[in-house]
Amino acid sequence: MIELTVDGNAVQVEEGSTILDACRRAEIDTPTLCYADTLTPVNVCRVCVVELEGARTLVPSCSRKAEDGMVVRTDSERVRTSRRLVLELLGSSVNLSTAPEALAYIEQYDAEPDRFGADSLTVAQAVKVDNDLYVRDYSKCILCYKCVEACGVDHQNTFAIAVAGRGFGAHISTELDVPLPESACVYCGNCIAVCPTGALMATSEFELREAGTWKEEAQEEVDTVCPYCGVGCNLTMHVQEGQIVKVTSPDDHDVTLGNLCIKGRFGYRYVQNK
Amino acid sequence: MPDLKLLGDVPTADERDAIDVVVGAEVAGDGRVTRSDLTRRHLLLPALRAAQRRVGWVTPGALGYASRRLEIPPAEAYGVATFYALIALEERPADVLHVCTDLSCALAGARVPEGAHPSPCLGLCERAPASLRTVAGPEPREEQFPATGPPLPQTSGLKLLRRIAEGVDPKAQPEFVALARAREMGPDAVIAAVKASPLLGRGGAAFPTGTKWEAVARQPAQPHYLVCNADESEPGTFKDRVIMEQDPFALIESMAIAMYATGCEKGFIYIRAEYPLAQKRIQHAIDASGFDIELRIGAGAYVCGEETALFQSIEGYRGEPRNKPPFPVEVGLFGKPTVVNNVETLVNVPHVLLGDDARDTRLFCLSGNVGRPGLYEVELGTSLRELLELAEAEPAKAVLLGGAAGSFLRPDQLDVKLSFEAAREAGVTLGSGVVIVFGEQSDLVAAVLRIAEFFRDESCGQCVPCRVGTVRQEEALHRLASGKTNGNELAVLADLEQVMRDASICGLGQTAASAVTSAVKNLGVLA
Repeated sequence: MIELTVDGNAVQVEEGSTILDACRRAEIDTPTLCYADTLTPVNVCRVCVVELEGARTLVPSCSRKAEDGMVVRTDSERVRTSRRLVLELLGSSVNLSTAPEALAYIEQYDAEPDRFGADSLTVAQAVKVDNDLYVRDYSKCILCYKCVEACGVDHQNTFAIAVAGRGFGAHISTELDVPLPESACVYCGNCIAVCPTGALMATSEFELREAGTWKEEAQEEVDTVCPYCGVGCNLTMHVQEGQIVKVTSPDDHDVTLGNLCIKGRFGYRYVQNK
Repeated sequence: MPDLKLLGDVPTADERDAIDVVVGAEVAGDGRVTRSDLTRRHLLLPALRAAQRRVGWVTPGALGYASRRLEIPPAEAYGVATFYALIALEERPADVLHVCTDLSCALAGARVPEGAHPSPCLGLCERAPASLRTVAGPEPREEQFPATGPPLPQTSGLKLLRRIAEGVDPKAQPEFVALARAREMGPDAVIAAVKASPLLGRGGAAFPTGTKWEAVARQPAQPHYLVCNADESEPGTFKDRVIMEQDPFALIESMAIAMYATGCEKGFIYIRAEYPLAQKRIQHAIDASGFDIELRIGAGAYVCGEETALFQSIEGYRGEPRNKPPFPVEVGLFGKPTVVNNVETLVNVPHVLLGDDARDTRLFCLSGNVGRPGLYEVELGTSLRELLELAEAEPAKAVLLGGAAGSFLRPDQLDVKLSFEAAREAGVTLGSGVVIVFGEQSDLVAAVLRIAEFFRDESCGQCVPCRVGTVRQEEALHRLASGKTNGNELAVLADLEQVMRDASICGLGQTAASAVTSAVKNLGVLA
């Protein structure tokens, strides 16, 4: 076991754990956006930074391995300032209207994304609707790399998308920005499952939201097992007014880790064939 | 074939031949992929460069062919290609002029003619205004303008530049006396000698060279690599270029010593694309000496001078810096223990071993409003004022020390001693040895805006503080410059400085507000 101090409390974690694991063990609320339990940490959003004694800069708790004797602060003014600024920078450049976690952090850290002024450059652009199953609205993309990881070696190994461009122009793209049907995409939708901002969204959800009839609070979640093959993936049917409006799989399900294939995620319409 | 969906476009015969020079000719067969094919991703950037040098841009056919031959998903190859400013993915003429609009060239009145491309610093500051012409075709070539600069301004008291001042022939291989000395001493004694010397890294971070060497030498993981960082792209810096162009064998010998001491199987030297003559001279020196050193060439990305971004670039990935730890001495190029040293750092080593000159000197790149611009070598501890006098600097409104990642000094601060300790105490950095003089008539607001533009352009885009912070910084400065303020710009700039310094992944983001902040706080520009 490794013992470190977080906000004055001694915390023990297993070898190989991160500072974030230690924070969670100590029940210290730590914001994350690009981190997911099922993906390799890329530590790019920088909202989980903490102060580490002896380090020149703040360190990303999601990927920095815990070491014996570390002294970590998560509640200092310095940490709060960086977290607040990261949230202001994201909030001022990205449409976070379907990103409940990010919006909650903005409130929690008293971030004011408007302070940079109305003329601030944003990533606003037209929604990409180029197939029947899901839409890509990159005006909502915070470039957390999760979809790229899910499409790549972390989950799907399809490699249909990657980060292209540089600086503020960096964006998620297929090769030469071709539409999805011309790309390597297999429509597993595992990118949608990991997207923290609703930039990637099943068409069913997108259309209901556009029509103003998406009622998340009125939805039931019903678990079942996918009927298509013998793998045994758990499905969570999101049901609104007696209609399946979305299908996901639990992140902590040891068969799927939240992943599905095109059939499991999108092939539910026969249930309600009219 | 592995299960990759590939681009349908086919390359022309010319493009295929150009790429084949890099990746090898395709062997007719059953289409099965051999193990060696799967480890050739590192040839992606050389292949894209070859295609572009042949036809002027990277066509979909060339991108698809490179992806297929190297077994790289096309989306990833596209991601790599679009990372570099000098790789064109849209058709353009074969003959392109890149005109430097950076600090020193702007002071010299740089103008971008119709049809030319504006460029960040080309590292030709002593002969500003400068430009670079790239000509694609069967015999591609790159030309620097002006083709030659003034001779070295100093003729005596030199150590690293002594041979250049004496007119050494850059094409003639000298006897490698220091390497012979190293082999007599043995690896451990070489490292001990470097450790005992005061040598600190000259790339900007001033890390003790001997300590780095020892750490790599002790790593059980094999192989070890040496990487010479010759991607000098800090605006106003040209010291490494002068050494590589005029005394390439000194660098090659130094690399051989470093490889010998640290047990490196192979060495790489990564030179920025904007240095065609340095590339040619270094390649010649490598070929003549027969050392196992490979030249890699960048494609227009300041961030690739960050050591881990440089590894990513060599490996065929986007030049996005890695998080540290782990540090390169443990996990570096191709995941192996790696010594990364700057050109100037390495060429100090022969003098350490030969004991021919005990002075600890440092190279400084003088440009801007100076009578005798060029590369100077002075002992650490010399004052900035003495250096400016040597260079016959005009009376200065401000001096930029350390480059775009450095800081502006006022005329009353020029007595600062040029040593690592004194600089640290004064809250400035020697950085890569940049000294740009802004004379009485110069436009400091324009310079500050150019620096902000530079960082916004060169941010890799990976982490939020730098990707968005550099944009917000530039916007706030433009509002101040135009007078259309929101009333909170100075507070915003201070916050941005803090978040970029504290929460960015790499040194680029961490210093992206340094010079701007010093101009505002220290000079009162836009304040």
